Amino acid sequence: MSNANTQPTGGEEEIDYLELDQMIEKEFNNDKENLIMILQAIQRRYNYIPRPALSYVSEKLSIPYSRIYEVSTFYSTFSLEPRGRNIISICTGTACHVRGADRIKEHIETSLNIRDGGTTEDKRYTLESVRCIGCCSLGPVVKINEDMHGRIATDEIKNVLNQYE
Amino acid sequence: MNIQSVKDLELIKKEYRLKLNLPDTVKVNIGMASCGIAAGARETFNTATETFADNDSIDICQTGCIGYCEAEPLVEILAKGKPRMMFKKVTSDKIVDIIHGYMANDFSDKKIKKHILGQIRDPRSLLEQDMANPQEQVDPIEGIPFLEDIPFFKGQVKIALRNCGYMDPDSIEEYFGKQGYIAFLDALHNAKPQEIITAVKESGLRGRGGGGFPTGIKWATCAKHDGQRSIICNADEGDPGAYMDRSILEGDPHSVIEGMLIAGLAIGSSLGFIYVRNEYPLAVKRLVTAIKQATAYGLLGDNIAGTKFCFKIKISTGAGAFVCGESTALMASLEGKVGRPKAKYVHTVEKGFRDQPTNLNNVETYANVPAIILKGAPWYASFGTDNSKGTKAFSLVGKVRNTGLLEVPMGIPLKDIVFSLGEGLPGKKKFKAVQTGGPSGGCIPEALMDTPVDYQQLASVGSIMGSGGMIVMDENTCMVDVARYFLDFLKDESCGQCNPCREGIKQSLDILTAICEGEGKEGDIELLEELGVMIQRFSLCGLGTAAPNPVLTTIKYFREEYESHIRDKKCKAGVCKNLFMYEIDEDACTGCTSCAKKCPQNAITGTKKEPHVLDQDKCIKCGICYDACKFDAIVIK
Repeated sequence: MSNANTQPTGGEEEIDYLELDQMIEKEFNNDKENLIMILQAIQRRYNYIPRPALSYVSEKLSIPYSRIYEVSTFYSTFSLEPRGRNIISICTGTACHVRGADRIKEHIETSLNIRDGGTTEDKRYTLESVRCIGCCSLGPVVKINEDMHGRIATDEIKNVLNQYE
Repeated sequence: MNIQSVKDLELIKKEYRLKLNLPDTVKVNIGMASCGIAAGARETFNTATETFADNDSIDICQTGCIGYCEAEPLVEILAKGKPRMMFKKVTSDKIVDIIHGYMANDFSDKKIKKHILGQIRDPRSLLEQDMANPQEQVDPIEGIPFLEDIPFFKGQVKIALRNCGYMDPDSIEEYFGKQGYIAFLDALHNAKPQEIITAVKESGLRGRGGGGFPTGIKWATCAKHDGQRSIICNADEGDPGAYMDRSILEGDPHSVIEGMLIAGLAIGSSLGFIYVRNEYPLAVKRLVTAIKQATAYGLLGDNIAGTKFCFKIKISTGAGAFVCGESTALMASLEGKVGRPKAKYVHTVEKGFRDQPTNLNNVETYANVPAIILKGAPWYASFGTDNSKGTKAFSLVGKVRNTGLLEVPMGIPLKDIVFSLGEGLPGKKKFKAVQTGGPSGGCIPEALMDTPVDYQQLASVGSIMGSGGMIVMDENTCMVDVARYFLDFLKDESCGQCNPCREGIKQSLDILTAICEGEGKEGDIELLEELGVMIQRFSLCGLGTAAPNPVLTTIKYFREEYESHIRDKKCKAGVCKNLFMYEIDEDACTGCTSCAKKCPQNAITGTKKEPHVLDQDKCIKCGICYDACKFDAIVIK
């Protein structure tokens, strides 16, 4: 592990190791039990989990890299690939499903030319289907970043998506 | 300030009871749970706050969710000596007029009138019967219904949801005003642990997360085992279509904390953990605030209220794994590991989290506990049936008129929930089934809608109580597709360590997908049944053993739909794209052009006021025309 504070990773993302180190110590008490929350914090900071950050956490907490990799791939909220500027989460819970979430999903897939889990080439959007965000009465629901769009219809999608640069 | 006794609490309670029920100002309560916010409550709140910023006689407040999600954003307005009124669908452009109308006692304007939901006859919860009804002396307004008489609210008995929508979830003082922490402090000073456990046992409370294990027995067994005991709250509400726990955490987080404190006291534990879904950011935020407030009052921490009892709560967030709702998987996840269930040769009450005795209950279970301690076990047990006591919260969603969150006594028939409280299906659609218990539950057909809500009775028809999701399905829901949907869900969520679950679900899903795509063949149904029984019998954990339920119940009750998919290659519900087509009924078509305008493929053509024509080659079966037609002229063939 480099001692430098920052290190380029694949030319795109620079990781602030000093910040990462302090976060693990101060917010999470260097505690292995907090691994999932540490990974969540990294994802909040970088929008995904850069692999060098995984290595750093592994050394810092003395957890084998294999186990950290296992955790970061087991749980569905973690992404090891860079994601778009706007995360479109389409709820595919049962209530949304019976109210036509699949149609909404297909419509977004076709209009953005990406598949579930994919990111548009211009990095503007990432499409992720999620299992129930608990707003079942407003189904079908699409969440873009932190904004909920309830009772959405296929013909409204274009206007909604255009609000996000 | 550190609270030492019930007496200290009573002082704050008195003050906040007045503020909550007989305020000196006009009090405007805006429902600010996730569902309200999604419907625009945040904008309503901001507009009201900005408009009346300089007006000291109006107090704009936030509350949790009262449950009538269909009519969000919901706003309640009250003032001393006036009727308490609940307004529906109050978006930011309506709120100012409505507040002015309330202040002027003038509801004649149509713009205000259509937003009136009802007036409140009695705002007290079941725990507040020690005070007089604050609305007793107030003359109701004629011609406006009482909220309690509206179908959605009639027949509800709120114990777990007692405070949701009636207080600010970010204010511990308002929780004190609603009898909060009295049960805990009373038990702390006056009850022996054994007495608490006995009360919970006698109340008949069973696990509300879905398992239905008697809570008192679980507490008693955990208390028997020596070690560093932990109290865990399972708030990993993973069932799609269920959001009772989210609502409680967002609307009344202190009730859960108080329930955990009482469990800690009874079992002899100082360690509390709440494992919340990462998808519930607002619930996490409100829990953090609640824990800070309880700590500031000395209700959490060391030597609580001057006694030897210590209790701390840590919040952990999940990371999107359904299987972590299973107790052993949840505990592994809390330890920072992958959430794989373990075989329960040794129960978690003996060796669970960190290999120490662990008591795990669900959010709703804990929220019931303070009420049981305060009002007594016989009171709680007076609701419900012989083997299912008390009340249960349900989220009623899907194809139903009144979607929302409700709480009813155990034992009421399913049809009362769907057709009385839910007021049936919207439009002219025909009811097909109600799905309970999430991916581990089953679909219950119309013929069995007399089944009462009861752990045993629901199991006897092939479903389960589950955590409380209730999804209503109509004639446009394909039951084969529903089974396929749940198995697709479970295929992704199976942790993969045992073969019957991992491979069995995958194989069943392949067969179901083939049937939905028109590739089904004779013998598929029998094969699905055989696979289902195998998965049920040999899987390691609850996820696997319950996984075939959606398949087996849909085959049992809707076999003819499977057969028509396989033999006739038809999906009458119009869901499986290869198995149906849309057609225009020439007699019904009025030529209004609304379908043609909306069709993204320009597949529909025709002159105005003349029957239109649909070009099957261009049609992608998106269903936009079907939804757009007001004359039922687009038909599924």
